[in-house]
Amino acid sequence: MNSPVKRENAAADRVSHFPKHIREEWVGRVYVYACVALLVVTIFSIVWFIASKGLTPFVSGAIRIQDLLTGRVWKPEGEPPLFGALPFLAGSAYVSFIAAAIAAPFGFCAAVFMTQIAPKVGRRVLQPAIELLAGIPSVVYGFVGLSVIVPFLRDTFPGQGFGILAGSLVLSIMILPTVTSIATDALSTLPAGLKEGSFALGATRWQTIYRLILPTTLPSLLTGIVLGISRAFGEALAVQMVIGNAPHVPTSLLQSAATLTSIITLEMGNTVGGSLHNNTLWSLALILLVMTFLFVFIVRLLERRAKR
Amino acid sequence: MKPKITDRIATGVIIGIAGIIMAILAGLIVYLLYRGLSHISWHFLTSPPQSFKVGGGIGPQLFNSLYLLVLTMIITVPLGVGAGIYMSEYAKANKLTGFIRLVVEVLSSFPSIVIGLFGLLVFVNLFHMKYSLAAGALALTVFNLPLMVRITEQALRGVPREQKEAGLALGLSKWKTIQSIMLPMAFPAIMTGTILAAGRVFGEAAALLFTAGMTTPKLDFTNWNPADPHSPLNPFRPAETLAVHIWKINSEGRAPDAPEIAAGASAVLIIIVLLFNFGARMLGRAIYRKFTATK
Repeated sequence: MNSPVKRENAAADRVSHFPKHIREEWVGRVYVYACVALLVVTIFSIVWFIASKGLTPFVSGAIRIQDLLTGRVWKPEGEPPLFGALPFLAGSAYVSFIAAAIAAPFGFCAAVFMTQIAPKVGRRVLQPAIELLAGIPSVVYGFVGLSVIVPFLRDTFPGQGFGILAGSLVLSIMILPTVTSIATDALSTLPAGLKEGSFALGATRWQTIYRLILPTTLPSLLTGIVLGISRAFGEALAVQMVIGNAPHVPTSLLQSAATLTSIITLEMGNTVGGSLHNNTLWSLALILLVMTFLFVFIVRLLERRAKR
Repeated sequence: MKPKITDRIATGVIIGIAGIIMAILAGLIVYLLYRGLSHISWHFLTSPPQSFKVGGGIGPQLFNSLYLLVLTMIITVPLGVGAGIYMSEYAKANKLTGFIRLVVEVLSSFPSIVIGLFGLLVFVNLFHMKYSLAAGALALTVFNLPLMVRITEQALRGVPREQKEAGLALGLSKWKTIQSIMLPMAFPAIMTGTILAAGRVFGEAAALLFTAGMTTPKLDFTNWNPADPHSPLNPFRPAETLAVHIWKINSEGRAPDAPEIAAGASAVLIIIVLLFNFGARMLGRAIYRKFTATK
């Protein structure tokens, strides 16, 4: 009576008679789940492909990982070729930290202005202005750096104008929106009673900001700064245009230098795929990738602190 | 007396810094327009660039940028909206959702050059797309997806709960409720965000150096057959965008008037970005007014 064939038919029958809203629901679910699955697949393939390419020079034994990280000489065409990436690591670290050091006070003041001093002017004028700064393409920043900041530095200080300082100045404007928007979020979600209590005690606005608001929001402010550093670390073209791209560890702010990103942009196109030089550039990309993970990790830690 | 003076000074400094930021932005835009506008002409906007002679234009680059933007948005919007719907409506508060959030966060913090290199490995080499618009559009999709997901999620979260409950109470399936009640409500916010994202994509260059390439074949703008290598519509031809062009002439331009071309092209780029920004705001406001019937 209950033969397999019959049961199968019944099952098929049930499928085709699924009420319309259940079928609809399934179509929708499959669609959104597929989109999310694609996101996850994308990230894993990015990590997989960059890592497998970037690890080749170490796996084949051509370079030792500590030589890449601590070597001070980058001479891929030399005899023997030398692949020391320390100059680029130093360059990337210098420009992004200095950029963040410039952008942080500016961003904090802008945020205080928008939330504590003149919220109306802030919302109508400063906020859109900062959003616009975020929208300006990086090559345009590079162009302005090249035609304004570099000549200015060349005329004011000794040297060519290209270098760490030029790169940091350009980057600091580029990351200002990141720092500002996170600081603004943190300041505007502060409980109102906190501020009023402080005023009631007779504290001035600056005392309240400096002694109360700043310490309370510090983890969020740091989050903004770390995100800014992270952006600056990965920025490629604007920096490449103004930093000068000389592969040595810089000893002064005015000296020309190179970053991980700038050296990848410059040399990737001019090397033959599969050569040691080319593969080592992929290792530099892998370092960038690892740094990104590190920054995300730090941001997560800070966010956990901020929530408490 | 002293704390009051410090308060005054600090307030002054903060207002001063806010003023400086405004001045930087104004200075940037005025400078770019001042340097560039005099160089912009119909000829400049439509003619191809010259390598060694004076008088090159940015016609093909401008077209490439716009076409690439359209291609990217065709791929990104459905994917990003789908994943955004998942994040706001289907994701449960568990470890998997936390993981997916982490994925979105990491994806949005990848440097664009890393995404460009990934595009070079996978789309250009592995899938044999060569340097092409298609490879560029896919790389930009990776770059743009996290943004799109966030925009959609926030827009859907902005829809009042009662709207959703009313739909479910009428016996609609969850998907139908999302599709015909929540998405239309969230549409203005998604639209605004999408245009802002488009502005960002328009100026992106680092991810395109190694995917869409740094050259453009001779284009025949009367040939609209997408399979022809000289047709501007062919998605499998290399395409240098406006932003890439600006970078290229600044770092290795050999034309005698390279600085002027860079200035003109930067002005065009900034004008388009400004249009995107203001356009997004105005359109968002207009649609919102239409949908909510407020004046």
